[in-house]
Amino acid sequence: MTEPTAIGKGLAVSSRRRFLREASALVGGVVVANGLPSSAASAATENTNNLPPSVPEWMKTPGAPMGSQLYGAPSPFEKDVIKNISKDLPQYLSASGRTPLQDLDGIITPNGLFYERHHGGVPSIDPAQHRLMLHGLVDRPLIFTMDDLRRFPSQSRIHFLECSGNPAYTKPFGKTASDLVGLLSCAEWTGVSLKLVLQEAGLQAGAKWVVAEGADAAALTRSIPIEKCLDDAMLAYSQNGERLRPQQGYPLRLLLPGFEGNMNVKWLRRLHVTAEPAYSREETSKYTDLMPDGTSREFTFYMEAKSIITKPSGGQRLTTPGFHEITGIAWSGHGKIKRVDVSVDDGKSWQEAQLQEPILTRALTRFRLPWHWDGQPAVIQSRAIDETGYVQPTLAELLGARGENSFYHNNAIWPWRIASDGEVTNAAA
Amino acid sequence: MPRLEMWIAAAAFAASAAGAVAQAQSPYGIGRVATPAEIAGWNIDIGRDGSGLPPGTGSVSHGREVFAQQCAACHGDNGEGGVGDKLAGGQGTIATAKPVRTVGSFWPYAPTLFDYIRRAMPQNAPQSLSNEDVYAVSAYILNLNGLLPADATLDAKSLAAIKMPNRDKFVGDSRPDVKNPACMSGC
Repeated sequence: MTEPTAIGKGLAVSSRRRFLREASALVGGVVVANGLPSSAASAATENTNNLPPSVPEWMKTPGAPMGSQLYGAPSPFEKDVIKNISKDLPQYLSASGRTPLQDLDGIITPNGLFYERHHGGVPSIDPAQHRLMLHGLVDRPLIFTMDDLRRFPSQSRIHFLECSGNPAYTKPFGKTASDLVGLLSCAEWTGVSLKLVLQEAGLQAGAKWVVAEGADAAALTRSIPIEKCLDDAMLAYSQNGERLRPQQGYPLRLLLPGFEGNMNVKWLRRLHVTAEPAYSREETSKYTDLMPDGTSREFTFYMEAKSIITKPSGGQRLTTPGFHEITGIAWSGHGKIKRVDVSVDDGKSWQEAQLQEPILTRALTRFRLPWHWDGQPAVIQSRAIDETGYVQPTLAELLGARGENSFYHNNAIWPWRIASDGEVTNAAA
Repeated sequence: MPRLEMWIAAAAFAASAAGAVAQAQSPYGIGRVATPAEIAGWNIDIGRDGSGLPPGTGSVSHGREVFAQQCAACHGDNGEGGVGDKLAGGQGTIATAKPVRTVGSFWPYAPTLFDYIRRAMPQNAPQSLSNEDVYAVSAYILNLNGLLPADATLDAKSLAAIKMPNRDKFVGDSRPDVKNPACMSGC
């Protein structure tokens, strides 16, 4: 199946790492024996004017004055921490761009690095001219302005969003954590409970589904079961404290915690309360999971438990044996993460990682394991277990159950190979 | 009349006079009532049974012309695919190791074709085709898949009557479908 979310062939390794590699090459290759960090080694061959015992140049003159940036941007030294967008997508209107997971800490994705998936480009919507229409099996069909929606009692919650095709089941697999599962991000969302808005219109008997439609050029349509709409669904207008970014549905999106990304309809303009699903193109010919026997699973809403080690991970390099913290993220559409196990011996044995608070329902959870690398080749991997007891499977287990053509909902354990020179690569590629 | 009741009566009068404020049974009284004309203008949903399909007709032959002008650049002259999805062929491949998913081989409901083309195609100008042209393009794509004769004309009733070959092959979500034993040592 042609899917624009497929990994491109040549995703660039960040130039920062390239710099580190080249810099260490300058001083005669890999620095191991003396334990000198390669960054110090590379600096030694370049500019020592800012290093001890000298006083750094940025202390000898005032910095930029207040107001130099009216909307703050990252340091120019972080210019390579950007969205990961393949250079050989078949097209860029229905396409996706990935979060650089391996370059981020904690559980919150900065708004500028949140993953994107659009089906008809990013519309530019004037919020004063945006309306939400709610109609169908309701007592009172209603139209809301954005000001109306912000009058309702508000709520803020932290949840992940993940595209269901993240990654595919077949090669070529990507090189980095972002290539593999970068269609994943997490934010604090603020909005109004969808339940309150539905109650405002009054649900009629027989209301079983709500068909949500976006105000984009795809008029993307997905059907949401009424149980989810009356549970934790939210109409979100803010993300990490500021209004949604255009790429995330400005001025309004549906948020369905734990459900596959495309159902969280962006640029939300219409909610049609119905007795049965729309069976739209995006829930029949796409986003259905084909099995080897020719049947296709439909309405596969939930993103099951999953985890990935982000450090060390593909494209990175351990510069020296000795202490290294293994860290990564775990998440489940079914609730909280209960445990994450890590193996550093190619799956022969596993140990429980530390979970960083807060551990939230349907949110990323950061895990850590202190590790001493002995300089020998190793394969490391993580395994998430959620509060339902579900254990993240291996790719072999998934392929055994689903074959190679189901495309969506690959939540496999992903191993990284560490070579004796410290280079980290995808062990399954 | 006590002062509070007077205020309530006045407010109720104002609400009914405005005619658009959400009624008293709304818990918050936020939003205004959508008129039938407003709903009709925005509601473009077509059910799998063809409910919501508009009046009008379109022939395979007219659809061939519209397709050549509006669709072929991305989907190929005969729906063979390109930048856009492959639209025709693939029947009999879905249960094989190399499934070819097209309208004819995979889509379960024919009315969805009208719904999707009208709302989202052509990609550079969605919602620009007339209903007649959408019927015609739907007819042409169904013809490319051997599901409609070359001399056929499609309307709401005939589109809803087409049984797609893959219709009965969709099943519910049976996950969790794997069980990792979570071995801790000696694995």
